[in-house]
Amino acid sequence: MGQITLNQITKSFGDVQVIPPLDLQIDDGEFVVFVGPSGCGKSTLLRLIAGLEDVSSGDINIDGRNATEVPPAKRGLAMVFQSYALYPHMSVRKNIAFPLRMAGIDKAAQDAKVAAAAKVLNLTDYLDRRPGQLSGGQRQRVAIGRAIVREPAAFLFDEPLSNLDAALRVNMRLEISELHQSLKTTMIYVTHDQVEAMTMADKIVVLHAGRIEQVGSPLELYHTPRNKFVAGFIGSPKMNFLSGRFATEFDAATIGVRPEHLTVSHSDGKWVGKVAVSEHLGSDTFLYVDMDGVDEPVTVRSTGEIGFRHGDTVHLTPTADKIHRFDNQDLRIA
Amino acid sequence: MARAVSNRRKALVTICAWAVGIAIFFPILWTVLTSFKTEAEAIASPPSFLFFDWTLENYSTVQERSDYFRHFSNSVIISFGSTLLGLLIAIPAAWSMAFVPGKRTKDVLMWMLSTKMLPPVGVLIPIYLLFRDTGLLDTRVGLVMVLTLINLPIIVWMLFTYFREIPGEILEAARMDGAELWSEIIYVLTPMAVPGIASTLLLNIILSWNEAFWTLNLTAVDAAPLTAFIASYSSPEGLFYAKLSAASTMAIAPILIIGWFSQKQLVRGLTFGAVK
Amino acid sequence: MATQHSRAAARLMISPAVLLLLGWMIIPLSMTLYFSFLRYNLLIPGMEEWTGWTNYEFFLTDPAFFAALTNTLLLVGGVLLITIIGGVLLALLLDQPFWGQGIVRILVIAPFFVMPTVSALVWKNMFMNPVNGLFAYFAKFLGLQPFDFLSHAPLFSIILIVAWQWLPFATLILLTALQSLDSEQLEAAEMDGANFLNRFVFIMVPHLARSITVVILIQTIFLLSVFAEILVTTNGGPGYASTNLTYLIYAQSLLQFDVGGGSAGGVVAIILANIVAIFLMRMIGKNLEA
Repeated sequence: MGQITLNQITKSFGDVQVIPPLDLQIDDGEFVVFVGPSGCGKSTLLRLIAGLEDVSSGDINIDGRNATEVPPAKRGLAMVFQSYALYPHMSVRKNIAFPLRMAGIDKAAQDAKVAAAAKVLNLTDYLDRRPGQLSGGQRQRVAIGRAIVREPAAFLFDEPLSNLDAALRVNMRLEISELHQSLKTTMIYVTHDQVEAMTMADKIVVLHAGRIEQVGSPLELYHTPRNKFVAGFIGSPKMNFLSGRFATEFDAATIGVRPEHLTVSHSDGKWVGKVAVSEHLGSDTFLYVDMDGVDEPVTVRSTGEIGFRHGDTVHLTPTADKIHRFDNQDLRIA
Repeated sequence: MARAVSNRRKALVTICAWAVGIAIFFPILWTVLTSFKTEAEAIASPPSFLFFDWTLENYSTVQERSDYFRHFSNSVIISFGSTLLGLLIAIPAAWSMAFVPGKRTKDVLMWMLSTKMLPPVGVLIPIYLLFRDTGLLDTRVGLVMVLTLINLPIIVWMLFTYFREIPGEILEAARMDGAELWSEIIYVLTPMAVPGIASTLLLNIILSWNEAFWTLNLTAVDAAPLTAFIASYSSPEGLFYAKLSAASTMAIAPILIIGWFSQKQLVRGLTFGAVK
Repeated sequence: MATQHSRAAARLMISPAVLLLLGWMIIPLSMTLYFSFLRYNLLIPGMEEWTGWTNYEFFLTDPAFFAALTNTLLLVGGVLLITIIGGVLLALLLDQPFWGQGIVRILVIAPFFVMPTVSALVWKNMFMNPVNGLFAYFAKFLGLQPFDFLSHAPLFSIILIVAWQWLPFATLILLTALQSLDSEQLEAAEMDGANFLNRFVFIMVPHLARSITVVILIQTIFLLSVFAEILVTTNGGPGYASTNLTYLIYAQSLLQFDVGGGSAGGVVAIILANIVAIFLMRMIGKNLEA
């Protein structure tokens, strides 16, 4: 079981309220990702759930039990830290066994559980090494192993992949997803990387300045962002925002068009501009187009190779049903 | 990037450095050499450096006449006792300040430091009188207490600077893994801080071993450590150079060895982390 | 960054250290302060009476106080001068590459580990003794009259002994600081046409300035309290020629048993030390924020 309910929780450091009253329901077995720019309060929120910080007000319920006053050791949650936080003076075996040792489980049972976890995580050959002798990916797996053996109600991940290089990050992302498939335990995962959020989550929670901007499945957020912030944050490259005469035409204060929803032409289209930079990636081409009346260059994503160069005039046409409209409160107009 | 230095220049620097090094070390070397001479050779003119009849006689005389080992064991008990007691009090305090810093942590640290700046002579009389009235004068217990207190700020500071380098996430991980506070300190923090704790231990043994204000003023016979024992040679036995040298050599040898091992940590410890 | 639970634990764990130090500071300090206003001699017990500022008047107008104050300043200043200049030069020398660096480092650091009573006695007898000391021997060898250091230049002799003990400390800290200097900075200066002297003045000295200040402040704290070296060499004499403030107060309290006068002196010493301490604490406090 791993059902977590946050009830009107707030957190203040001194006079600064970093989390205004917040409600959230996390269902058993869900993979929930907290995503947002740095400083949005996502890590604080995770630490509140973990019990590493006190909530200033409100309740945290874990499996229907009020856990607000319960110390972290007793909440039955396991956490994987950004720095992995392995115990450098213990072997991999002892690292993984540490939670069991703290729980007073007998030696034989400890060994069996460690062996099982090591097998799942491909760590069997490394059990007698120290963390310092492992690669980044292996350390990450040890940290996960230490979390698994507790058989927690939920796993908490605090930006676990940010210290890994790009290739390894993709691998570990898959491993964590597979782990979730096989364990079916609730996972709460904090990241600032919207790609990780989109690829892993059952449910994404977008946070901004301590506030929940939107909760939903990855595709819900992509197709129907509730406001301009979510629209800009989810999707890569970022959505283009146009206002003024471009927006009034659509009866909105601002309109947003994703780079992949613009078609380009040499001769005719809805809008016209000049190519500032073109990036050729082989599979895709990104154009950054300067347009009159738009402050930032408009980004366009085209598949394959297209023949535009710096200084060329280009005509852009948005896909009609993919235009997002926002009012002067930055909220989505349905 | 280090550059290749011409061998001639390196040779020149080598000669200068060794000359200066030996000159600075010479009084110690001379003391050690003299301790193996007879009294007559010790004051011979011209002085002999290596070509004399080496003897261990002075060492046995020093032990017989003035019971060197009793003073030695006093020094050991006082310096180790005060250091271990200090660590026992300081480890929890440094844990608090390094991992649960509050608004006043910095003030507390600075205040602790300020107690170290108190000139001992300013509180000599009250301590002397308190010790006299409680029967602590000339006892090892009394000295352990005083030396623990005067070195406590240094121990707390050194441990604090070492603990501060341990990432707090690791302790949080232990908490998430179900460790109670004491398990966290015993199984996770202390083993990780072993190098720092060890160098704190060494530096404080050195400081306590060489402490020569309280040990001279609060002891007479029974609890006198080596500092006081050597001071008793100021007259007239000091004129027996060979015996003075033997006693001195025995008094400084243990600490020289410990000191050489801990010279790197010395800088950090003695500057309260201001220079690393 | 913590929970109420851990903050409560933290308070509990820090309290023994705080309470002990608080007791160590407040109890004797207030006793010293109280005694300093009493006529109180250990030889005539039961005659204690309130005398107001009399002890301070006597202590501060005593010629011995001025002698001791001057000696204290000369001792601190002299030792600082020798150890800082010597320390910078030695650090520059030892920072160069040469054969046997480790061993020379050990030789240079050694005097710091010698207990004060030992170093004072070794210097007094085996080097400075006008009859059998090594210095006397070299003087005779050169055809000069041996110089009786401790009778004719007692303070200077003590300065030499104390400087020998503290030179390693200054050297070690300055060397550590020098080694932390980014060598690319020096190479950049060299590319800019700076010769060694220029590099020393414009790059090394500013880099060392902070460490030199730390050395000065810490040594001052310890040097104000020099005691054992005086006790075993000159006993403060001849006259008050080598008596510093610490020794004067010691003599007044435990040799003349004048608790009141000694306490007044103690209060004065505390005030003087505090002046230095304030500067030192500022330096260290700044470092805490980094």
